[in-house]
Amino acid sequence: MKIRLLKDKVIGTGMLALSVLSVSLVLLIGIGLYLRSLPILQQYSVWELVTSSSWRPMKGEFGFFPFIMGTLWVTGMSILIAVPLCLFTAIYLSEYAPASFKRFFLPLVNMLAGIPPVIYGVWGVFFIIPIVQRYIAPHFVEFSTGYTVLAGGIVLAVMIFPLIVSIVVEVLSTIPKELREASLSLGATKWETVKKVILRKAFPGIFAAIVLAISRAFGETIAVLMVCGNVPIAPQSIFDPAYPLPALLANNFGEMMSVPLYDSALMFSAFALLIIILIFNIISRAILQKIEIRNA
Amino acid sequence: MTQTPHIGVKNLNVRIGDSHLLKDININIPDKSVTSIIGPSGCGKTTLLKSFNRLLDDIPGVNITGNVLVDGEDIYGKHADVTQIRKKMGLLAQRPFPLPMSIYDNIAYGPRIHGAPSKKELNALVEHYLKAVGLWEEVKGRLHGSASSLSIGQQQRLCLARGLAVEPEIILGDESTSALDPISTKIIEDLIIQLKEKYTIVLVTHILRQARRVSDYIIFVYMGEIIEFGPTEEILLNPKEKLTKEYVKGFIS
Repeated sequence: MKIRLLKDKVIGTGMLALSVLSVSLVLLIGIGLYLRSLPILQQYSVWELVTSSSWRPMKGEFGFFPFIMGTLWVTGMSILIAVPLCLFTAIYLSEYAPASFKRFFLPLVNMLAGIPPVIYGVWGVFFIIPIVQRYIAPHFVEFSTGYTVLAGGIVLAVMIFPLIVSIVVEVLSTIPKELREASLSLGATKWETVKKVILRKAFPGIFAAIVLAISRAFGETIAVLMVCGNVPIAPQSIFDPAYPLPALLANNFGEMMSVPLYDSALMFSAFALLIIILIFNIISRAILQKIEIRNA
Repeated sequence: MTQTPHIGVKNLNVRIGDSHLLKDININIPDKSVTSIIGPSGCGKTTLLKSFNRLLDDIPGVNITGNVLVDGEDIYGKHADVTQIRKKMGLLAQRPFPLPMSIYDNIAYGPRIHGAPSKKELNALVEHYLKAVGLWEEVKGRLHGSASSLSIGQQQRLCLARGLAVEPEIILGDESTSALDPISTKIIEDLIIQLKEKYTIVLVTHILRQARRVSDYIIFVYMGEIIEFGPTEEILLNPKEKLTKEYVKGFIS
């Protein structure tokens, strides 16, 4: 008897220790990045680094504005494409599709999530880039290589698609069937029921899914790097190239380390990315809480 | 039975996958009275009820044959408009499921779907139907508060009012009081008795005393078949069939 109680206690405490350890990793990474970026922070103010557009490491000019904007543009583009696509797909799967179709399609969607990013990158280069270059961009701008915010957004959207779809399908399946019946029995059509009742009820969950997808999109590196063009100028339109923070880090890490402060600047880019994601998550958490209180 | 049948069921068979849930159902449900469907769990009571407003349509693998005539029109016919059919019937589910919106919007939901009444008309509608279920005094100060902040009993009355607001002819109740406390149950039962003057009411219940209190007719269903149908007192006190006798005396459940 006693040994069972002891076991219970040990396991409880053990799991607490493990969870504290894994959570404190975030903190440790943050501190580590901060310490490594200290040299550049001692030379320039954060404000200078974040707002300056000039990126000439050789001359000691480290402006991160183009990269921060690049990250925001590409992520924003991907969300703009992915969210409507995913919502309609998820709604179709959960509300309209025959069960057999759902059984066949959902595992396929989840398989998309398992494809390595580099493959998406290659697919982007050989498939999306030419389409953007030949068929989309000429309608809007005089010249484009195809390596653009748009291409990055499309590739990224395809990558976060399975994530949003599978979470939203899951969220929709938690909505009681009786709530649908309540709306239908009042003579509402399926679409009216979806629009006015189901989406409303599922909104907090859908919002959380999108937040997760955005966090994922912020950090996606390889695929984006392969299709974005990587020009350190802040994009002005979706047909401009972009150079997101993770791409900067991945492209340059380990090279040109003899340039003074370069190493520290790259660490700062990682630190900035971490902070962006942190701020984004805090804001969305606050919004989510508001929604939940309102919906309760 | 001198009254005209409001809902007429002819040779209705419902299968879901391999299971034959309703077998050759033939019944006429009388107008402006309360008819209770009783029977053991899983006998097909709820399936029968839901076949009346085509809520079975979306179940995977469902197969329905036969006719259900409402006001003489076959609701499973080729040209039947399912939203109009459902609008004719208010459904009161086992537990209240308020729509995720305010008390006001819950009532206004149906009227808004079926045409856009003016703000003034809506206000009047909301007040009228909340009064009809005796909820007006309790909620008039917080019409725009969330419907889920109401007690379960209040929510169920709200759901009834919401159903009445689309001006149905028929009210379908699926064990509508099973989640409620005795006082809320009594309120709902009294409302049902009051409402039968204007509506045809069909209830599914497993509480025989409730069937006795509120209904004029009883349908006894067993294993997907209608065993007996008749006036309440007759079924409960003097059943003709052996199975009915055993059920009402509590030998089978």
